[in-house]
Amino acid sequence: MAEEILKVEHLDKYYGDWQALHDINFSINKGEVVTLLGPSGSGKSTLIRTLNGLESYRKGTIYFQGKKVDPNPKEWQALRQKIGMVFQSYDLFPNLTVMDNILLAPTKVQGRDKEEVRKEALALLDRVELRKHADSYPRQLSGGQKQRIAIVRALAMHPELMLFDEVTASLDPEMVRGVLKIIKELSDQDHMTMIIVTHEMNFAAKIADKVLFLEKGKILEETPGKQFFDHPQTDRAAEFLNSMDF
Amino acid sequence: MNWTVIQQSLPEFAQGFKLTLWLSFVGIIGAIIVGIISSLSQYFRVPVVGKIVGAYVEIARNTPLLIQLFFLYYAFPVMGIKMAAQTCGIIGLIFLGGAYMAEGFTGGFNGVSKSQLDSGRALGMSDFQLARYIVFPQGFALSMPALAANIIFLIKETSIFSVIAIPELTNTALDLIGMYYQSNEYLFVLVVAYAIILIPLIVFLTWLERRVRYGTFGD
Repeated sequence: MAEEILKVEHLDKYYGDWQALHDINFSINKGEVVTLLGPSGSGKSTLIRTLNGLESYRKGTIYFQGKKVDPNPKEWQALRQKIGMVFQSYDLFPNLTVMDNILLAPTKVQGRDKEEVRKEALALLDRVELRKHADSYPRQLSGGQKQRIAIVRALAMHPELMLFDEVTASLDPEMVRGVLKIIKELSDQDHMTMIIVTHEMNFAAKIADKVLFLEKGKILEETPGKQFFDHPQTDRAAEFLNSMDF
Repeated sequence: MNWTVIQQSLPEFAQGFKLTLWLSFVGIIGAIIVGIISSLSQYFRVPVVGKIVGAYVEIARNTPLLIQLFFLYYAFPVMGIKMAAQTCGIIGLIFLGGAYMAEGFTGGFNGVSKSQLDSGRALGMSDFQLARYIVFPQGFALSMPALAANIIFLIKETSIFSVIAIPELTNTALDLIGMYYQSNEYLFVLVVAYAIILIPLIVFLTWLERRVRYGTFGD
């Protein structure tokens, strides 16, 4: 039986009186890729941010590697070392070089040997074809390059699970491909467990083992990847997919 | 304007000049330290300390330095705490300046984008590590304009030390005027002396502000 990395049970999230997430239930096994799809404001980003404790939740339970998460800041801080996250706005640290961006958390948070992490970082930079930019500052890089570095920065922590929150949404069209290619490789070659929020439907269709379709903070359907794009179960999802076609 | 009078007063002004520089230096360093600690404790909402700091900042910013100095110099001895005039001056400057610096740093720290903090948190950083590696370096760069303005402000505030008989620049001038009644000459030297301190300093701080901003954010 496949190892379960993350499970969410009956999760409710509120902003004040307004309920942002309604009774969310799903799980993801090791090596699986789950994509969260849905219209803007459907709660995809809120949900993915809840999964590493960046957003709090009022009710429900999250299990990480079979262990119930006690939602306090200390516990989340420890768990986040195993849950990598990449954001829409890249958010590299502007005052540090590319290499220092990558080294910071593994050395300071995990206390790993700097030289060892540096070697690993260079190998990762090779993989994303940015080794020559190791000593550049983020300001000298394009958006696509920054996002690739942000992925490397997260990978250097050796995460068990990667969260991608609309990571190509603010990139120029020709930059998108390079970033998506890396994510696809992570799945194909490294069998990385990933949860992905995206608006790139072709990409989602290629990578998703499972699609969660959200609307108004609810999971309307949970369907295996290929099936979702060929035969969505709900009319709403079919309508959504049609609207994405040109 | 009598140049001989000016010339003869220069050794005494030189003493005052040095003292103004020294008191400003110590006071400003102290104010920066107090300001950073105050501001970080409020930024991270440290229980109790944050509230105390909030009260301190309001009291210090909303009372004149003159009154704070009178308090330190005349009221404290009544309570059994007697300090030299210069000590009172430095403590007063740190008390006032620390609050202004705290406000300036708070502005800078709050300017650090929330998404930067999220990305630090997502890497597993503790609050202390966020402060050390993200909030502080970026917030410090953002608070440079306020820091520069406060430094200039505090140097000018040292002129108030004259009321508790600290022989800094202004006190020196007032003393000389009292003794020799040559107010034009002495006031002229006084203005020039402050200008010699402040004008190069402003030029330097403006340059530094740009450097730090570029070094941190690249624009």
